[in-house]
Amino acid sequence: MKVTSLEDLRKIKESAKDLTSARSRGATRVIIGMGTCGIAAGAREVMTAILEELDKRGLKDVAVETTGCIGMCQKEPLVDIIRPGEPRTTYGEVSPADAVRIIAEHLVNGHIVEDKVIGQTD
Amino acid sequence: MAFYRAHVLVCKGTGCTASGSPSVYEALKKELERRGLDQEVALVETGCHGMCEMGPIVVIYPEGSLYCRVTVDDVPEIVEEHLYKGRLVQRLLYTTPDTKFKVPHYRDIPFYSKQLRIALRNCGYINPDNIDEYIARDGYEALAKALTTMKPEEVITEVRTSGLRGRGGGGFPTGTKWEFCRKAQGDKKYVICNADEGDPGAFMDRSLLEGDPHAVIEGMMLGAYAIGADEGYIYCRAEYPLAIKRLRGAIAQAGEYGLIGDNIMGSDFSFHLHIKEGAGAFVCGEETALMASIQGERGMPYPRPPFPANKGLWGKPTNINNVETWANVPNIIRNGGAWYASIGTEKSKGTKVFALTGKVNNTGLVEVPMGTTLRDIVFDMGGGILNNRKFKAVQIGGPSGGCLAEQHLDLPVDYESLTAAGAIMGSGGLVVIDEDTCMVDVSKFFLEFTQRESCGKCVPCREGTKQMLLILDKISSGKGRMEDLKILEDLALMVKEMSLCGLGQTAPNPVLTTLRYFREEYEAHIRDKKCPAMVCKALISYVIDPEKCRKCGLCAKNCPVNCIAGDRNTPYVIDQEKCIKCGTCLEVCPFQAVSKV
Repeated sequence: MKVTSLEDLRKIKESAKDLTSARSRGATRVIIGMGTCGIAAGAREVMTAILEELDKRGLKDVAVETTGCIGMCQKEPLVDIIRPGEPRTTYGEVSPADAVRIIAEHLVNGHIVEDKVIGQTD
Repeated sequence: MAFYRAHVLVCKGTGCTASGSPSVYEALKKELERRGLDQEVALVETGCHGMCEMGPIVVIYPEGSLYCRVTVDDVPEIVEEHLYKGRLVQRLLYTTPDTKFKVPHYRDIPFYSKQLRIALRNCGYINPDNIDEYIARDGYEALAKALTTMKPEEVITEVRTSGLRGRGGGGFPTGTKWEFCRKAQGDKKYVICNADEGDPGAFMDRSLLEGDPHAVIEGMMLGAYAIGADEGYIYCRAEYPLAIKRLRGAIAQAGEYGLIGDNIMGSDFSFHLHIKEGAGAFVCGEETALMASIQGERGMPYPRPPFPANKGLWGKPTNINNVETWANVPNIIRNGGAWYASIGTEKSKGTKVFALTGKVNNTGLVEVPMGTTLRDIVFDMGGGILNNRKFKAVQIGGPSGGCLAEQHLDLPVDYESLTAAGAIMGSGGLVVIDEDTCMVDVSKFFLEFTQRESCGKCVPCREGTKQMLLILDKISSGKGRMEDLKILEDLALMVKEMSLCGLGQTAPNPVLTTLRYFREEYEAHIRDKKCPAMVCKALISYVIDPEKCRKCGLCAKNCPVNCIAGDRNTPYVIDQEKCIKCGTCLEVCPFQAVSKV
């Protein structure tokens, strides 16, 4: 396509944004426990579900990170959500279906999924 | 497209390519596929990150972890530990030399945390082969802003307000230069990018062109719009094949988007850009010689006036700026001249990129605000002197620059302070010299370079540099007389005053500054016939201490001229007549019995 106006340039910029957005740590972060315990409990499937859901909803400004074992192995898979101005919320025993629910309820609508929360820290 | 949760950036600048980044890239690609991560982890090639000493460099986002000296064997561990399990590979993180702290984040490494990256802001962050990544980082927005909301004069005013000065060495105010060219009469005008970076030890222009070619192109277009030019040339030396390849790709991609061509963004501004490959003559970095070379003539300077702004390429008004100058321009237009002018010192605004090389731990590229001290650059960013040796001097500004001594370490670096100390900003080469380097040898090295590169057109430069070199040769071979220092100084001042172009006018700087700050080293060579740093071969000899010699014979076996005699019962002795002072015996002796005297 040809860029014939400022609007055209902005359009390219908008669609190109996700090319580099993962390189600046976004305001919203999803952190998945990927220690041996997490992987054994199915964290990999949870992560795949999260990535698919983010893709489906076109959410670009979210950093998806992995982390090692934090010691609460009995509650794995663990998923943490960090949104600006909110305490860090930790969800436990998350299934792929729960993960999709967490993205929809918490990340998009801002409602904490109460039945899966195991803790909140600042 | 899939949601990429992580980006793995592999540096493909010239430095990292030389240390093996292409094979690391391939290995990462295979390993990600094997692990089934290729749909969620993006692999990106970038330009230079600046810390070439630690290459190949791999940076992983969103965490922003920087891994140093990555080899193919490290790849499976990085993929499994970091990308799969989310655990940093501690052993590959940057370790601070003093506290041995493993730095988890890119931005916290002292080399980077003290920098302010404006010209280099995209280098190592975007894929230079993809124009979309440049646009995502506000690329071509300055051009759009200028074309849609600013008159050409307003662009010039903005650049004048910024206080930007030529980054190629001269330090001439860029806005003023543009204004001259704007006001010059002519139906056709040109802009030129001087990418004929030829100083030994300087590589900032190359890294910029390799890492962010569009920034240079956009800067040139803003300049062309401001002065009323519609055609541009990038004069890049052929020794920079990667830079030329990236530029060609960038120009083609910008052309596809219609960002280069006729009636850009619906305006009546048109611009066409060509690349001219230079054959690598140092003098072609001089603007008049450069234009001669573009015109297909022999690269020789001619006297000014007329200045290129009035009568330049093919006799038309022409504006020439260096790579780094151009790369600063889009940032100035986007953020405003006042923003740029708020950085730096009173007379030198903004930032400067330095190529840090020599006897320093972190060689590489650093961009710092004007007014940063040499101490900060050498010791904080550079990580101090290699092998804990003692600092002696920095050679700043390349063969046209000068050597500054320890008393200058707290000097805030800007155009004025460097000129006052006898050096120049130059293009920004910064060679760190330690106690094991002979200052006579250093000035000989740089003078040899300028003498060889002198085009020969004017007598002071052609003959003067030759005679100066002969005197330096005499001194370093122990045949100098005290009067020679006076002759050397007189000659140097004559060459500086009388030469036709910048090459000759600055060629004596290394000699003059070493004479000024390290005169006692010259005197030691002449009076005591000693080289204090033990470098000048004619003034040193290698001897074997018979007490320490264990008669192993390793020195004799390795001596290339067979001048060491001895056997199991008698200590080995070097025949000083035959010795060529190669130093091999000193290196191989396991008992430190060989020494230089």
